[in-house]
Amino acid sequence: MNDLRPVPGGAPDEGAPPGPDLPALLQRSARGDESAFAQVYDAVSAKAYGMALRVVRDPAQAEEVVQESFLEVWRMAARYDAVRGSASAWILTIVHRRAVDRVRSAESATRREVAYHDRNQPVSHDETAEAATASLEARRVRSALASLTPVQREAVELSYLRGYTHTEIARMLDLPVGTAKTRIRDGLIRLRDTMGVGSVR
Amino acid sequence: MTTDPMRTDIHALSGAYAVDALDDGERAEFERHLAGCPSCQAEVDDLREAAATMADVNAVKPPADLRSRVLADIRTVRPLPPVVERGTTHSSRVRRPWVTLAAAAAAVIVLAGAGGVVWHPWTSSTSQVSAVAQVQHAPDARQFTTHGPDGSTVTVYRSVSLDKAVVVARDLAAAPDGKVYQLWLQDPAGTMRPAGFLSAGASTSATLSGAAATAKGAGITVEPVGGSPAPTSNPVALVAFTP
Repeated sequence: MNDLRPVPGGAPDEGAPPGPDLPALLQRSARGDESAFAQVYDAVSAKAYGMALRVVRDPAQAEEVVQESFLEVWRMAARYDAVRGSASAWILTIVHRRAVDRVRSAESATRREVAYHDRNQPVSHDETAEAATASLEARRVRSALASLTPVQREAVELSYLRGYTHTEIARMLDLPVGTAKTRIRDGLIRLRDTMGVGSVR
Repeated sequence: MTTDPMRTDIHALSGAYAVDALDDGERAEFERHLAGCPSCQAEVDDLREAAATMADVNAVKPPADLRSRVLADIRTVRPLPPVVERGTTHSSRVRRPWVTLAAAAAAVIVLAGAGGVVWHPWTSSTSQVSAVAQVQHAPDARQFTTHGPDGSTVTVYRSVSLDKAVVVARDLAAAPDGKVYQLWLQDPAGTMRPAGFLSAGASTSATLSGAAATAKGAGITVEPVGGSPAPTSNPVALVAFTP
């Protein structure tokens, strides 16, 4: 399910187990090619759903987030700009924004009526882990995440995987305002450098 | 306006922005900054790339019927055309009085009045949920919608009792380099007053600052970063507040 992507810097090789050429598939999608879009969905949906599930936690809502997001991907396919990054990151950015907006609007509605309490239910991490173990890419990410300092990793995960704002994170961790955003940025920079992702501009 | 005292501070928000860890106000502010800061834009792109790798270790196969729902959805929707560069024409365009646009505005209102707006389920999440919801749910809220030639949809909600107006935009293409979308409220004398800014994107929103209750209409123009005291280009969206 988690197709291996070409190692950054290496040219996609016809003989190697290829990841689908997402930029080309998006281009075809923009012209209305539904089968190309189905391939895009197949390549990215597990990452999208798993991430949405981590943020919103409720499987039904995660499905809605993914469904809405992929419709947006379909509509916006012509606007994907390969110069700015990978197609999967572009798609996951759309999904993440929707997941975060969803979890925040749900919470702001709830907070008005009931005192805030931790209503987070545990996500089945076994299922998550099982789905990802097979992926070599996942192993690289795990070791890259391990290279972050514990406080960087905590800040990055609370923001990306739990959908908290940097101000909320600062409050949760008893940090001065401004510290959490620095940790998020430092952590992401280290993740970027360790993974060797990002553009060469 | 290039000497923004907040600039260095704003730059440090790139990481939090890349993982959607800014609140609505900060997000809007940073997006205004991004429009004129290529180095921040490049950093945000990189950090998003890095963040997206975390999805690799959290992948979960979605239920099979989600695929059929997604593929059924797209059959009903046409992909948007590529963004056409608007900057080249705007810079050379002659300033035109807003009066000449009254007819266009009237036509827009007829459209909005006739059928209202079909509010698709996938438009439900916006970046300023609370402010938007507050105005949308006001008993006297009215909505005014206009569609841009590039496929964008702009809806202005106004509540006279709250003295508030908000704008919700769908699929608003990025403004040309060095430009931003500036919001305007038209005062009772007909003068367009600056009312803040709107970020580009698939789903964005903003509160129009100013005297919303007495305003006659609202508009959006493309202006240089930092904004203009008066509109210098034709509106990309314009609505008249009919009673």
